[in-house]
Amino acid sequence: MDAISQALPALLDAWTLILQPAVLAYLLLGVVMGLGIGVFPGLGGIAGLSLILPFMFGMDPVMGLALMIGMLAVVPTSDTFASVLMGIPGSSASQATVLDGFPLARNGEAARALAAAFTSSLFGGLVGALFLTVFILVARPIVLAFGLPEMLMVTVLGLSMVAVLAGRVPLKGLAAAGLGMMIGTIGEADAGGSLRMASYDIPYLTDGLKLVIVGLGIFAIPEIVSLLRQDKSISRSATLGAGWSAGVKDWFANKWLSVRCSLIGVVVGVIPGLGGSVVDWIAYGHAVQTTPDKSRFGKGEIRGVIGPESSNNAKEGGGLVPTLLFGIPGSGSMAIFIGAVALLGSGEIEVGPNMLKDNLDVTYGIVWLLALANVFGTVICIMAAGGIAKLTTIRFTLLAPFLFMLIAFAAFQSGQNFEDLLALFIIGLIGIFLRRFDWSRPAFLIGFVLSDPVENFSNQAFQIASFRFRKDFDAGMDYVFSPIVLTLIVVTVVSVVVGIRQSKRIMAEGDVASGSKRAPLIFLLIITAYLIAALVNANAIPDYAFTDKVVPLVIGTVALLACLVLSVQMILRPEGDAVFADKEVAGEDADAPGGLWGALAWLAGLIIATGLVGYILALCGFLLSFLRWRAGLGWAHATALAACGIAFMCLMASSLNRDFPPGLLQSITDLPWPLN
Amino acid sequence: MTIKHCVQSTVIGTVAALSLAAPVAAEVDFSGKTIEWVIPFSETGGSAKWANFFAPLLSEALPGQPTVVVKFMPGAGSTKGANWFQEQTHSDGTLLFGTSGSTQFPYLLGDPRVRYEYNDWNPVMASGTGGVAYLNAADGALYNGTGESIAGSDYIYGSQGATRLDLVPLLAWEMLGLNVEPVFGIKGRGDGRLMFERGEATIDYQTSSGYLKGSAELVANGTAVPMMTWGTLAGDDIVRDPTFPDMPTFQEVCDATANCETSGEQWDAWKAFFISGFPTQKIAFLPAGTPQDVIDTYVAAFDAVRNRADFAEISASRVGKYAVYVGDEAQAALDTAINVPDSAKAFVKGWLKDAYGVELK
Repeated sequence: MDAISQALPALLDAWTLILQPAVLAYLLLGVVMGLGIGVFPGLGGIAGLSLILPFMFGMDPVMGLALMIGMLAVVPTSDTFASVLMGIPGSSASQATVLDGFPLARNGEAARALAAAFTSSLFGGLVGALFLTVFILVARPIVLAFGLPEMLMVTVLGLSMVAVLAGRVPLKGLAAAGLGMMIGTIGEADAGGSLRMASYDIPYLTDGLKLVIVGLGIFAIPEIVSLLRQDKSISRSATLGAGWSAGVKDWFANKWLSVRCSLIGVVVGVIPGLGGSVVDWIAYGHAVQTTPDKSRFGKGEIRGVIGPESSNNAKEGGGLVPTLLFGIPGSGSMAIFIGAVALLGSGEIEVGPNMLKDNLDVTYGIVWLLALANVFGTVICIMAAGGIAKLTTIRFTLLAPFLFMLIAFAAFQSGQNFEDLLALFIIGLIGIFLRRFDWSRPAFLIGFVLSDPVENFSNQAFQIASFRFRKDFDAGMDYVFSPIVLTLIVVTVVSVVVGIRQSKRIMAEGDVASGSKRAPLIFLLIITAYLIAALVNANAIPDYAFTDKVVPLVIGTVALLACLVLSVQMILRPEGDAVFADKEVAGEDADAPGGLWGALAWLAGLIIATGLVGYILALCGFLLSFLRWRAGLGWAHATALAACGIAFMCLMASSLNRDFPPGLLQSITDLPWPLN
Repeated sequence: MTIKHCVQSTVIGTVAALSLAAPVAAEVDFSGKTIEWVIPFSETGGSAKWANFFAPLLSEALPGQPTVVVKFMPGAGSTKGANWFQEQTHSDGTLLFGTSGSTQFPYLLGDPRVRYEYNDWNPVMASGTGGVAYLNAADGALYNGTGESIAGSDYIYGSQGATRLDLVPLLAWEMLGLNVEPVFGIKGRGDGRLMFERGEATIDYQTSSGYLKGSAELVANGTAVPMMTWGTLAGDDIVRDPTFPDMPTFQEVCDATANCETSGEQWDAWKAFFISGFPTQKIAFLPAGTPQDVIDTYVAAFDAVRNRADFAEISASRVGKYAVYVGDEAQAALDTAINVPDSAKAFVKGWLKDAYGVELK
């Protein structure tokens, strides 16, 4: 009761703070900037916040908060454009949206998918804010109840979604997830610093691969290459079917799914240390499990868009809890946010345990600014959706060079190394073959994303548990099997059992015909060889650094076993069995006029040229020659389009203060911007 | 504005500059330029906060009020950025670089990835921090300022890695005879504090600002008991941290503990790494070959920043109340931070290998 008597006046204060024209104007400015940045794949809230950070010093706190929150709130909204229209996961928040959003766009229903996604985002944001208003008062003990074993179990629950998304041959899904996890362990181990499948001679690998690059490589490159070969528009019929009002109606028909997924988003977002990486997969899995007819998932099921999109904006609200109450950022952008709040005004707002006591009105202000920003952002996005969706009716060959341009730039932003582009290409190759042979790409990505938390949480929980067991057996049992852990185990087991039973009907790659044995078998052997190499490598880590080797060894062994069983199956089963799925046998890819290697050579050309003469010069040559010869435009037309592309990149990079990848030429000469 | 007026004001300005005896700084002018302040960490860390705090103030204080932008070049725990900076040469004075204790420790420990040499660079500003160690309530109740009083329990500590700043608390606890088991792989000290709050970790340390923001509340609630600070440096001596005058320093606790020596190899090693990691934790550098007038300009600018009337107030909550050294003081601070005796380096390397199996090669 006491809490409520404090909360209500603070809530009213918060609304008076927010509802000032100047505050709303700053919020709107933040929203517009956030939308502009979010549309760009690979540039999330971090890029945006760094941009406005210099202005935060001494700024009026409420105005500054409005500007920052406006920007942060809408990034997970606007990155939906790239996921739905192009199949490019704009950020980790929109990975699962790609699965059904992009097929909808290919069916000519881009506007419908976008509208449903934005409405869900809006609703998720509002539910999140409403929930937080009450929850933030009692959140502290609940957050503290989530220790390492509990966080490990939430991660495992996320991992169990592999069962739902494994595809027609569950063993392949398992092996794909295992491969993703093994690739996630590349680099210096967090615990003891041992190197896994890396060397100090290649410094790039010691930091491990970045999610942006793996997301782009696994989802975006295979789709772009496949579409380019077919030389049609993204929408198969080159028309736009249902408009945005249909999407809003879809959302309304599935409003309860949206409510549930929003709550999943807030609750998982509240747990510090997990960030948003699992939320959208858990929401997607939930959407699948609660849909009676599962046959449309992966081919354009609107519920597959509504679920994850409802959760990812709600998650932003949940992520405020650890940030504001404990001063512990739930994500990279939240970390900058904390730093920026200290710069505001005379530094009187201190994010941390005292936030609720001293600044409850500001806390509520932040929660509801977030909700309001969602409203602004959604309205703008829905208005723009119909127009932007027309991109899907353009001949793809005209879009492709610009998409290559964008993803190369996005990949470079993750590490500012030329190696980022090479990594993108190699991961892209893996993605192309995973797609071709119907190995679940979502499973691979889930494995990659969760490899780090699984390893850290299990190592740390194991260390602490063994410490407790040494003291007292009961204390150890209490620690490991808390009520939360037991509940999560039950949920996970149910989810796996149900998931495996249903996974055969959920085909993330659509129907894939099966062909001869040779190509699928070669791919399997290459993966097996990599797994063996990674296992040998992990085994070579000395025993005192046990924590660095145990997870790769266990995961690698499981994945290797799956591969071995698969290879036995491949030897025994006749050609044409589901295990030999191959997109080059029949279907869109097989019928495409262009070849795989020809399409891929254009990307390789851009990357090699960048390595030689730097990004901007390489891009000039690439855009011109692509538009002239591959797309068959006249010189005038090609030059004009290429100039637009270059101008756009320069504008983006200069306003966001970003560098372009340099090449050999730049290391021997001094060139003026943007050529340097 | 007439020409006459303009000439007048120039003359007055020149006379004023001369009479104030600013001998060199008047020549360097950054009007319309952009200064890049490169930080070899991600946007989210403490060094980012430090640079973002100083950047606008520096911009105001430099002649010509250039824009100062902070750029991030994370990788290999700052080794990548520092190796890059080693290859930069002076061009027009618009490049500034910031290091932290995490850049200094691999340098001191002979990490094979280190290709940079501190002695080539020109320090213009250095600032430090302190640190506070604290115990859980049950063990804290037993604590009387000696290692013996709390040596009966085993402790768990959430650590970022033995070769990082955590080396300083881990070695200190070991010298006091405490059995502390580090759980490695946490991402930041905030996560360590959360682990302590959940009761999973039973001993913790935070830098001063981290302690004031998060842990002081735990002490007030009775769930944590402060144990000691690392102290601060006065000349060659470690004295009580002015931010926490009531807490004993590690040196005091060590003196009171029978088996802990404040002299000899082990102590010298601890002190050397403490100095390197805390009182001179963050340093701003200009690249090799920078002319003296440019260096002086930056030194004068940072000097103006720290002498602002409101500096104490605006810096307290953002970077902590610690000395900001400029010019020769920064050079002296750097010298103490990197001139660690070989015996101390060898001792720490041997200890890291014996205690945690960590070998840098």
